[in-house]
Amino acid sequence: MSIVTVQLGQCGNQIGHEVFNAICGDVRGTHGLCSKKENESYRDACKERFFSEEESEVPVARAVLVDMEPKVISQTLSIAARSGYWKYDDRSHFCQKQGSGNNWANGYSVHGPRHKEVIMNLVQKEAEKCDRLSGFFTMMSMAGGTGSGLGAFVTQCLRDAFPTSFILNHVIWPYGTGEVIVQNYNSVLTLSHLYQSSDALLVHENDVIHKICAQLMNIKQISFRDVNQVIAHQLGSVFQPTYTAESGLHYSRNPLGDLMETLVPHPEFKMLGLRNIPQMPENSLAYSTFSWPGLIKHLRQMLIANAKMEEGIDWQVRPPRLGSSIPSSHSTNKPLHFNTSIANLVILRGKDMHSVDLGSFRDPSLYTSWLNPQDAFNAWKTPRAFNKYEKSASLVSNSQFLLKPLDSVVGKAWNMFASKAYIHQYTKFGIEEEDFLDSFTALEQVISSYAIL
Amino acid sequence: LFLVPPFAVGQCGNQVGCRFWDLALREHAAVNKKGIYDEALSSFFRNVDTRSGGDGPDIYKGKICSLKARALLIDMEEGVVNEILQGPLRDVFDSKQLITDVSGSGNNWAVGHKLYGYQYRESIVEKLRKTAEHCDCLQCFFIIHSMGGGTGSGLGTFVLNLLEDEFPEVYRFVTSVYPSGEDDVITSPYNSVLAMKELNEHADCVLPIENESLFDIVNKIHQMVNSGKLGSTVKQNSLVTSSAGSAKTVQEKPFDAMNNIVANLLLNLTSSARFEGSLNMDLNEISMNLVPFPRLHYLVSSLTPLYTLADVNVPSRRLDQMFSDAFSRDHQLIQADPKHSLYLACALLVRGNVQVSDLRRNIERLKPSLHFVSWNQEGWKTGLCSVPPVGHSRSLLALANNTCVKPTFIELKDKFMKLYKKKAHLHHYLHTDGMEQSCFSEAISSLSDLIEEYNELDATKGGPRIDPSRLKIAV
Repeated sequence: MSIVTVQLGQCGNQIGHEVFNAICGDVRGTHGLCSKKENESYRDACKERFFSEEESEVPVARAVLVDMEPKVISQTLSIAARSGYWKYDDRSHFCQKQGSGNNWANGYSVHGPRHKEVIMNLVQKEAEKCDRLSGFFTMMSMAGGTGSGLGAFVTQCLRDAFPTSFILNHVIWPYGTGEVIVQNYNSVLTLSHLYQSSDALLVHENDVIHKICAQLMNIKQISFRDVNQVIAHQLGSVFQPTYTAESGLHYSRNPLGDLMETLVPHPEFKMLGLRNIPQMPENSLAYSTFSWPGLIKHLRQMLIANAKMEEGIDWQVRPPRLGSSIPSSHSTNKPLHFNTSIANLVILRGKDMHSVDLGSFRDPSLYTSWLNPQDAFNAWKTPRAFNKYEKSASLVSNSQFLLKPLDSVVGKAWNMFASKAYIHQYTKFGIEEEDFLDSFTALEQVISSYAIL
Repeated sequence: LFLVPPFAVGQCGNQVGCRFWDLALREHAAVNKKGIYDEALSSFFRNVDTRSGGDGPDIYKGKICSLKARALLIDMEEGVVNEILQGPLRDVFDSKQLITDVSGSGNNWAVGHKLYGYQYRESIVEKLRKTAEHCDCLQCFFIIHSMGGGTGSGLGTFVLNLLEDEFPEVYRFVTSVYPSGEDDVITSPYNSVLAMKELNEHADCVLPIENESLFDIVNKIHQMVNSGKLGSTVKQNSLVTSSAGSAKTVQEKPFDAMNNIVANLLLNLTSSARFEGSLNMDLNEISMNLVPFPRLHYLVSSLTPLYTLADVNVPSRRLDQMFSDAFSRDHQLIQADPKHSLYLACALLVRGNVQVSDLRRNIERLKPSLHFVSWNQEGWKTGLCSVPPVGHSRSLLALANNTCVKPTFIELKDKFMKLYKKKAHLHHYLHTDGMEQSCFSEAISSLSDLIEEYNELDATKGGPRIDPSRLKIAV
């Protein structure tokens, strides 16, 4: 089954391009470190998922590129084609001249309805190219105007037009100290709307990835390209083919469906965080060896202690003893030391992964009480190594990972809303104060739900 | 094609405009080696087929034939515009883009606004429409003018009104030169305050400029160039005041250096909209992020660097120094003190060899010394454009919405009241058809209200930070 990617706005398009690059690079690479048969299986599964074959022999990404200004798409298309290894379909893009001005209302209420037909036609065409459609992967940032506002609108349209397909939104959480001054408004409006139409939100935080670039990758002058490449690597580690428990003998055919099934048992809880280890500069890889027990141990503690990366993990944090009362420190002012999970998915790529003991992830004390830990935890595996890492482990988690960032964004947005600053920019395009209040209410509900886990 | 047609109104406006077009051509020539008419060029210029003589059809792709500025030049005296038409830029404009008269406005806002406004309204609208027709997509208008005179101030603000009526959805950016302390035009306070009312009500963003600041920058550069520091020679075309490498010949007029600074401001402001980068910043984003309340749209601008050293043996100034400079008064285009006033919002538009980590590091470094309003503590808007200005490897334009503009407005009000109380020169204005005493009282009232809005914000500075309580959800 195939995934159609919808790249929205500058961020969505820049990252989307890096994702296809990473996936293609991984498949082409000779570092699969597994049998030829395995490698071919993997490659075929990947191709079906992300690329369509055209006469050109160069795989064509299953993607629709959307932006309200032309420069980014134009660049993205040409850089991809120049690589010679893959490209986008030349007709599968839509852009305008003006941009959305970082204005969510402009993206959602003006550009959305105005261009709905054209955009949905492009999506329909890509969907029809698939033998079987697994669903949609939309990529956007929350901070700007197009990815956020138009992205929210398009997600709604996707839900209406494809009621039985899965929709996974990849959302970029902006740097805390602004890229865009109204980013908190845009974020609040985006998240509250996505929550209604999307199946799950997979989040990457710029601040976190930036730290990874600085401390783990040792990059001195970090560019957005560096950030995007780390994000692409992490996404690739989730979406490249794997064997799920059920599929056993062949690569899983329904990645999005499987993801939703394992991680989103309840519609109130849709926020997914992602951790991937190890992460290091390419030239260090040759000198490093990894053991599965070591990787698992680190990943588990990263989950429990809500660590964003392998460095600086707080090893003091322990899960509460079963049977004891859960500490009632749920007011959002106190730091939440222990990260409670609803569901976790661990993905292992590399040889000897059969022997890995994942019992520590099945510990009931990690999870909220209303789910059976047997259902709450799943593992996907493949012996085929990913993207030059001999062994790598990823964790996709539906847990309190994003509680603090969410609370922070809502708090800042509320603070600004109380002074009515910038509101006139939104009402100009049809988003009123009541719409803001609805969004705030919806998100306070989500925060509250996650806080009392 | 999206468009930013600058309207140069009045003597000052046209002189600045002239430098702008010259430097714009220079900038695009530096980037566009193949002479192909591209998207970046099309934002400011049409490509016209002039082989058959006169104004041929527009050519949208392919080689550059003849570039025409998307602009209107308006002046009620002929001197400046005539000079432009005889100078090296004569092919960049054609007669259909000009509106001139002979006798000037006599430094009288009423003559510019009411008399000439009425007289030339139709002509302006018609030429406006023609210019707009040549554009795929109209994003923004720029008006360049001075506040103290008659044409730029009066007719300029008339045009502003017109733009709002005819093209209500297109953003209006105004670059206004405010009168200096030793202004020799006696009625400049009247003209400025009358113009301010129009700017308050009809402009989306105003970039106030003061000649004193431009003058100081010119002097600073002179000192640097002439100080003869060992081994340091300055790259001529990198000077923010220089016309080197442009169409203009060496003989520079007195105001040219100062006007080049303003021209560079406009080039930097629009760079991210014209050229690619990892984090684009369009003009509508500037308005969106820097204007929290409709009337508080006056932005303090500062530009760095002012020059680049040509000597490769001298290590280039640390990148971080560029950021520090942007927050130093030496680099501002108005005389104000943002560091001791309150920031409502701040934008940093970087060009050239700068990455997001450089931006973040410097914001973290500078933040503690700046006072931001309580509801916008992280109020930074950032843009990264890959293409640097001519002669530089990188540059930074900072735009701040800061209450430090208040003293400028208060001074303006005081000067106005001095004249108004004595009814000095009032009759010159009231003579003009359509001009009444109420125009004056409304104007001063509008200015007072604006000052009051800034006062209210200033009052919150330094006070205790009380976050409003959040919504409570029933569990």
